[in-house]
Amino acid sequence: MTDLVYNEMLKIIRKKRLFIIAAITAVLVALFTYAQFKHVQDVQKRLGTADWRTQLQQQIIDTQNRLNSSGIDEEWRKFLQIRLQQQQYYLDHNINPSAPGAPTFMRTFVENAIDLFLPLMVMVVVADLVSSEASGGTIKLLLTRPIKRWKILLSKYIAMLLSISFIVLSLVCLSWLISGAVFGYGGWNLPLLTGFTIQGEELNTANVHLISQWKYLLMELGLAWFVAVVVGTLTFMLSVLIRSTAAVMGVMLAALISGAILANMVSSWESAKYFFMVNLRLTDYISGTAPPINGMTLGFSMSVLAVWGIAALLVAFFVFVKRDVY
Amino acid sequence: MTQTLVVEDLRKKIGRKTIIKGLSFSLKKGEVFGFLGPNGAGKTTTIRMLVGLIKPSAGRITICGYDLQRQFTKAIRHIGCIVENPELYPYLTGWENLEHFARMLPDISKERITEVVKLVGLQNRIHDRVRTYSLGMRQRLGIAQALLGKPSVLILDEPTNGLDPIGIREMREFIRFLAEKEGLSVLVSSHLLSEIQLMCDRVAILSKGSIIRIDTVDRLLKEQARVVWKVEPLEQAKKQLESETVILSAQADTLITYYEKEKLAAWNERLVQAGVKVSQMEPKLPTLEDLFIELTGGETID
Repeated sequence: MTDLVYNEMLKIIRKKRLFIIAAITAVLVALFTYAQFKHVQDVQKRLGTADWRTQLQQQIIDTQNRLNSSGIDEEWRKFLQIRLQQQQYYLDHNINPSAPGAPTFMRTFVENAIDLFLPLMVMVVVADLVSSEASGGTIKLLLTRPIKRWKILLSKYIAMLLSISFIVLSLVCLSWLISGAVFGYGGWNLPLLTGFTIQGEELNTANVHLISQWKYLLMELGLAWFVAVVVGTLTFMLSVLIRSTAAVMGVMLAALISGAILANMVSSWESAKYFFMVNLRLTDYISGTAPPINGMTLGFSMSVLAVWGIAALLVAFFVFVKRDVY
Repeated sequence: MTQTLVVEDLRKKIGRKTIIKGLSFSLKKGEVFGFLGPNGAGKTTTIRMLVGLIKPSAGRITICGYDLQRQFTKAIRHIGCIVENPELYPYLTGWENLEHFARMLPDISKERITEVVKLVGLQNRIHDRVRTYSLGMRQRLGIAQALLGKPSVLILDEPTNGLDPIGIREMREFIRFLAEKEGLSVLVSSHLLSEIQLMCDRVAILSKGSIIRIDTVDRLLKEQARVVWKVEPLEQAKKQLESETVILSAQADTLITYYEKEKLAAWNERLVQAGVKVSQMEPKLPTLEDLFIELTGGETID
């Protein structure tokens, strides 16, 4: 099995796909870093550079005043206390909240990459994993070895998992290295708010608490990896079913983009939440952004994605093992 | 074991159409077996079933004693094949391609790879990318790949397709060498009759999914041998020969009859005694082509 996976990795690497992905990521990260840098400059210009400490102090006093006033409900009070803790941390550790370091940039980047950019990169590698063997005719050589078909497909799937891990890892490394050069490499312990839940129409802040940025980032990366694997598995199935790599890409791209569009307009079509493509923004559940359809939770979205992924995997294996190869 | 590949009543149905209608044949050790048929006769489908790419609807394939359906890995271990074109990974070098396939077989040493590379004569270019290879070189690399696992049966689908005349001759000699010196059974398919005639010991003629004939090349050809007579006057000669044999064609001053070596002199004598001038008497061995057209009735694919 190790030999088979080695073969598949060799092919992926010699096709230079991973290299291309790393290059695209590097270029985009540099671009976003510059955009972010401009934005920070702009904010600083508006606020006055030397002023941010007094500004923060003012905010803290405001919050304290609101806490002292009577007639605010218990839940809101708790939330404000947590806010206060966060602001105090910024002040104590001399962190300008509007000029974040590389980890903050990474976090924003991962949050924005999870539903389109990351799946796109995964597609570039996975789309031709099986279909290129079929269109190139090499499938005939692969399947006439003394190895069972399911083992050959499994080796390809493992190679896919390795590649996806590499893509997520390179995303992390590149965004840290490149943005750090501009924003500084620190900021791992920055406290962030999490634990929001949405109940009905309202944001429930009952469970909100602070966690350090590195923990937060780790959670988000885990979710990003999970999303990438599910998208990869779906692409993998299409790659088994369709001979043409371009067609695989087209179908997958259409699905992903329709997801982005649907998310903006389906709030009243409830059963749309069972589509995999409206469930890709898992990181929103951590940061507390409202989901596109009522009643969607982190657990729900992950289950929907898992079901799609497992179904795709079953179809891929079943078809690959049974199919006549012409 | 003298029979390396045994096929019994092989059938393939696609939808409601039966494409392969019950083929039975077997290959002996050290022989080159030809698979001859027009395009669409079912050669490639049959070959794909032999190497496990297509599942037969019925019938049995046994390779070196192992059933291909039930003991796939053990059976396929003894087969080396090129199905249609030798398609390898163009972005890898020839050597990397061989290594890639060697990793999929049990216990193939570096020495074995070097050995097959030498055998097909690719030493000089083996570390170049396959993208830069000519078709002939790809064909050799394909054969090298097929030979890696020391198979007992080599299956080559149209091995001379797209090669130049020198390449075709080399390929032919190489296939003969593999069968005679290395003791492999080689199954070669082709629609080029002259190829099969020069290369094979036995031939199966395939038409519309069934085998019409299986026999040695010599015997098939002998059966169809003719004599071409140039005689004058024609009518006189015709009358004389008709009582001895069958006249297949009579045109201008030319008569064509079957060829029977022992009786030829007697027939000639009879003609001469009857006052016929025999100016030419030419025994003609037919090409497999004539035979093929006669057997298949000059079929086209439908």
